[in-house]
Amino acid sequence: MLGIEDKYVLLAYLLCVGSTVLCVVYGIINWNRGDDS
Amino acid sequence: MGGQELGITEILVIILYLLITAFLGWLGYRRTSTATDYLLAGRKAHPFIMALSYGATFISTSAIVGFGGVAGLFGMSLLWLTFCNIFVGIFIAFVFLGGPTRRLGHVLDAHTFPELLGRRYDSKAIQVTAGLIIFFFIPLYGAAVLIGGAEFVATQFGINYQLALLVFSVIVAAYVVAGGLKAVMYTDALQGCIMFLGMAVLLVFAYVNIGGITAGHKVLTGLSDLVPANLTAMGHQGFTATPLFGFGDGKYDLWWIVFSTIVLGVGIGVLAQPQLVVRFMTVQSKRELNRAVVTGGIFILFMTGVAFTVGALSNAYFAMHGKELTGKVVNMVDADKGHAVIQLMKQNEAGAWEEVAGKKAPVVISGKVATEAGELVKGRSISIVYASAGLPKPNPDQIIPTYIIAAMPKWFGLVFLLTLLSAAMSTLSSQFHTLGTAMGRDVYQQLTGNHERSVMITRIAIIIGLVIAVILGNYTRGGFIIARATAIFFGLCASAFLPAFICGLFSKRITRAGAMASMIAGFTVTAFWLVFVKAQEAGGIGLVQKVTGGKSSILADYPNWPVVDPLVAALPISFLTLVVVSLMTKKLSKEHVAKCFG
Repeated sequence: MLGIEDKYVLLAYLLCVGSTVLCVVYGIINWNRGDDS
Repeated sequence: MGGQELGITEILVIILYLLITAFLGWLGYRRTSTATDYLLAGRKAHPFIMALSYGATFISTSAIVGFGGVAGLFGMSLLWLTFCNIFVGIFIAFVFLGGPTRRLGHVLDAHTFPELLGRRYDSKAIQVTAGLIIFFFIPLYGAAVLIGGAEFVATQFGINYQLALLVFSVIVAAYVVAGGLKAVMYTDALQGCIMFLGMAVLLVFAYVNIGGITAGHKVLTGLSDLVPANLTAMGHQGFTATPLFGFGDGKYDLWWIVFSTIVLGVGIGVLAQPQLVVRFMTVQSKRELNRAVVTGGIFILFMTGVAFTVGALSNAYFAMHGKELTGKVVNMVDADKGHAVIQLMKQNEAGAWEEVAGKKAPVVISGKVATEAGELVKGRSISIVYASAGLPKPNPDQIIPTYIIAAMPKWFGLVFLLTLLSAAMSTLSSQFHTLGTAMGRDVYQQLTGNHERSVMITRIAIIIGLVIAVILGNYTRGGFIIARATAIFFGLCASAFLPAFICGLFSKRITRAGAMASMIAGFTVTAFWLVFVKAQEAGGIGLVQKVTGGKSSILADYPNWPVVDPLVAALPISFLTLVVVSLMTKKLSKEHVAKCFG
């Protein structure tokens, strides 16, 4: 997949993108939550 | 080997950039009227500014040039560090640690990381100890960042390396000394935007140059038999493969270098970086941190993700488009693919071919040359060969600068210069702001009780720290020192501060003695490991040779141990010390605990 045969390197490549998506989704869902000033 | 002239256009663009930076620094200075403004940007930073400032401080020339060069040598397994940078350095840090840190810092009126620890455990000694560790060791990380910037400027524009080093440090000193954290964060935000654009352009060009994502990765995978023999012996299995895993044999060394020093050391160490933890205390509420996660995640992906991918892909570029090398085949690795190791040859003034002493290179054969010395071959090699041309020993720190000159359009050299200038300045400014406040507020003010002179002491400390960093930068080039120096500082912070910091946020049972013992244990084990066990550092320091009669590590006879990072031993010992000593010593008063967690 994606020209990368080593499954651990491929996993790292996909996790980089996946964790970025996680950050974006978390931020959007909680955009107006957490006003504990 | 200057890639381009530093002409009038380049100088004008750099001056314009510096003027805008100076204006933002002045704006921050104008809006700085209290200690909270100087130290914490007034605790009202915008989430976008905070996220960019955190990201731009986190990512420096060390990550782009230093670790990017390491990826050029070791391959794409460094992407595990990018994953850690995003998941641990952004998601875990912002979502789980950022909120409690911000709240505790606010409730205890803490302005610096050592002050946060000191007030959490109601101990001046903890604050002073943390301040001293930061003051003495952050110049090492500063030197790594300075080297990264100076290596690029020296390579790209043919400027003297020492001069580039000096110019970088003078520019940074100018606005950090005056402006405080508001000035630092305003300029960080501008620099973060420039870094993002520069790296986005670099990623697009890198893949276009080698035929796209899948095709490029396939080319890179096909170069696995061109990995230099010394790296293969350490477990290198190719540029898109993970190093060989195991323990107790030299062929597993590379796995331990990549995963214990680079991935763990930096990936976990980020959680206890004093200059980053302070950023959590600059926002008004958890809501700002939630919003900052979006910018932070995307920013880090485009920084380390791009740097490490491009570093590895540079091998495919050079194997396809690099300058042809000529030599005599000494080992045909794969005749079908035309992969061979050649003894490099060059023509002398009389036109006769002669060997370049001691220089062999793995190549993809592209043609043959009939000469009076017999049949020679032409071929293209991998990144480290081109990056080390003309150098006495291989220097991975030159891979990214060499790639930029060879593969990118000329105009991009200037864009990338601004990217690196931004990356270096944003990190250096925060490093030295942290160093200055560690000495001025956390050490001097705590020991003397004198508030009047602490800002002056802070500024003097910043200048002393910068001078030390420049001296270190001048004497420690080569041997992927940028990545190593960064990993040492990140690992030291993790071992000395992380247990006391994390448990201080979530546990009411940790005692003052437990926190202090944990810091001392983490620091001591790290120092011992660097001086006596980790071969590359211990060999450089030289004390271990006197103790062992010439060996580079006291564990030199035990495979893998001499390349294992101090963090692997120091962090568990530090955590264990924290728990054991806390169970045996007097708890903090109920009133103090209630103040922290109430």
